[in-house]
Amino acid sequence: MTDGQLPLFDDDQRAAISAEEAAWEAGELAAFLARQPEQRDEYLTRARRPVRRVYTPADLGETAFADIGFPGRYPYTRGPYPTMYRGRNWTMRQIAGFGQAHETNARFRYLIEQGQTGLSVDFDMPTLMGLDSDDPRCLGEVGREGVAVDVIDDMRELFDGIDLETISVSMTINPSAWILLAMYVAVAEERGCDLDRLSGTIQNDILKEYIAQKEWIYPIRPSLRIVRDTIVWSARHLARYNPVNISGYHISEAGGDTVAEIAFTLANAVAYVEEVTATGLPVDEFAPRLSFFFVSQADFFEEVAKFRAVRRAYARIMKERFGAQKPESMRLRFHAQTAAASLTRAQPMNNIVRTALQALAAVLGGAQSLHTNGLDEAYSIPTEFAMKMALRTQQIIAHETNVTNVVDPLGGSWYVETLTNELEAEVFRILDHVDSLGGTVRAIEQGYFQQAQADYAYDVALRKASGEDVVVGVNRFVETEADPAQAVETHRLDPESERRQVERLRAVRAARDQTVVDRLLKELTEAARDPAENLMPATIAAVKAQASMGEIVNALRDVFGTYVETPVF
Amino acid sequence: MDPIRILVAKVGLDGHDRGVKIVARALRDAGMEVIYTGLHRTPEQVVATAIQEDVDAIGVSLLSGAHMTLLPRILDLMREQGVGDRLLIGGGVMPDEDVEALKALGVAEILGQDTPPAEIGVTVARLVNEHRARAGVGEAS
Repeated sequence: MTDGQLPLFDDDQRAAISAEEAAWEAGELAAFLARQPEQRDEYLTRARRPVRRVYTPADLGETAFADIGFPGRYPYTRGPYPTMYRGRNWTMRQIAGFGQAHETNARFRYLIEQGQTGLSVDFDMPTLMGLDSDDPRCLGEVGREGVAVDVIDDMRELFDGIDLETISVSMTINPSAWILLAMYVAVAEERGCDLDRLSGTIQNDILKEYIAQKEWIYPIRPSLRIVRDTIVWSARHLARYNPVNISGYHISEAGGDTVAEIAFTLANAVAYVEEVTATGLPVDEFAPRLSFFFVSQADFFEEVAKFRAVRRAYARIMKERFGAQKPESMRLRFHAQTAAASLTRAQPMNNIVRTALQALAAVLGGAQSLHTNGLDEAYSIPTEFAMKMALRTQQIIAHETNVTNVVDPLGGSWYVETLTNELEAEVFRILDHVDSLGGTVRAIEQGYFQQAQADYAYDVALRKASGEDVVVGVNRFVETEADPAQAVETHRLDPESERRQVERLRAVRAARDQTVVDRLLKELTEAARDPAENLMPATIAAVKAQASMGEIVNALRDVFGTYVETPVF
Repeated sequence: MDPIRILVAKVGLDGHDRGVKIVARALRDAGMEVIYTGLHRTPEQVVATAIQEDVDAIGVSLLSGAHMTLLPRILDLMREQGVGDRLLIGGGVMPDEDVEALKALGVAEILGQDTPPAEIGVTVARLVNEHRARAGVGEAS
């Protein structure tokens, strides 16, 4: 029983069903098993949770209808909005980025022509790490895994001809996120956009970087302060913008299991909310703009239950732990991406099928936006063709299957509801443990999340090697000779792109007013010294004067220091 | 025979360390002495550590796509600094033609995605032992 609500099925009903189940087990089931045993002794989910043969209302225990409820109403188990895809389909948001800004701009225009409804930018490693393209550490990496952005000129070119008031833009960027947000805002201002009409997201989830994705610059505490500053600044200036996208995706891809993905992500969310409310900003003034990002893995029903469980757990945390009052502060909205690490090099066309099934789970779990991976992900960043196939996969789900007709169609499945209950209970168990370690930051410093992830990843590798975890084309149904019909063409980067970007950056540096840049960088450093100061205004001023990302990062390094990891494996 | 000593390194800027940690653990489980550098190492740092630790082999993991720049750079540095006789093994997501090109340059092996942990140990042991036999240093102690 929850919130004083009556259980869906009362004690008598559940006892009667259990008695009937016992009779069935002794009767039909026992007779059948005697003739034909089951294929395995134990059936497990991807999170290694044992599952029963069949589920009944008796499995729901004290679950009340109010725990499931209605979409768009607390606790949001069934979705953040009352009509879900009947009102609007999820945003089909394929990530793209390579080479120089003008090259990625061309890919964006292509994707918009193909019917894509939102943009998502992938940056190259130097940009992700806050380094300028001419830094010697960046040799060979400029524009390779994403687009290179050094100065505001690059940002201007990246969105040339794209209406920033009508298309939402997501930027996958973390330790240097605040600088790119500053550039984005500065470009929008130049164009005369109304900042309150800008919609989009920066990932800006630094805590999961220390846990999983491992892109960092400064130590944890000052990095958390930067995230705080972006959230507080956005709450005052960008009414429709999500200043953080709290991400489980990387936790899963780095090896975390299903429970770890959502539990660690919510532990990070708790840390951000605590950090921002400590400034005196009430939770309801920024929580509506917190957004989330999860993977969609292969275990179909567990994934659907995962999305439902994380929505419900978040609603309860925001209401009960942080005293949120506004419904918008309690409803979790998420972007989903299919699981890149599940894609194989062998028989690459199989990846289209894997991706389609994972995408369907995300849709049945109520995702607000979705990226489907390219079939060639295990080879290189995707070709235009691979991205088009991935987008078509989403369009087929949206327009041919009718799964969008009904909200939360798996709600009420005794199996899915039981999994939802179990996953939610596990989340709170882990959150209690994190609290007992002294909170999220202390738990990261102690390597708690990192070790759990490494252990699970190693176990998965062993199970794949033994064949216990089946991967079609890799450890089952293997083809010894490569199938010419499945040859993939890989994306090839223009080898001159890096040199051009470096030259361009140098040209910008030579032409700008250096005195102004020096003064603004000094002011930024001063702002950093005062922990109560918000870094956004000084950063926006610096990017407008064409200060580069690397210069801005370095201006704060003296104050903040550098993060050094103690790796665990 | 002396236990195999191997330096496992992440070069370049990418932070994908799921694979390298599995490799480090698999090699440790196979009885080797494993030194893991952590993330974001430069080729210079990797080669300097390899010399200092006197390893039989260097395993370099990268998923940034910069393998055609960074692995040849490490080979050059190894040769320049007198450790060109040690093995360089790569790991990560790389197109087939790059794998061939890297082997032609002198990279001993590329371990691809989803190489089973036990196979990693066996492959590295085989490569090191063949190499020791060729160099006539294999059967010591």
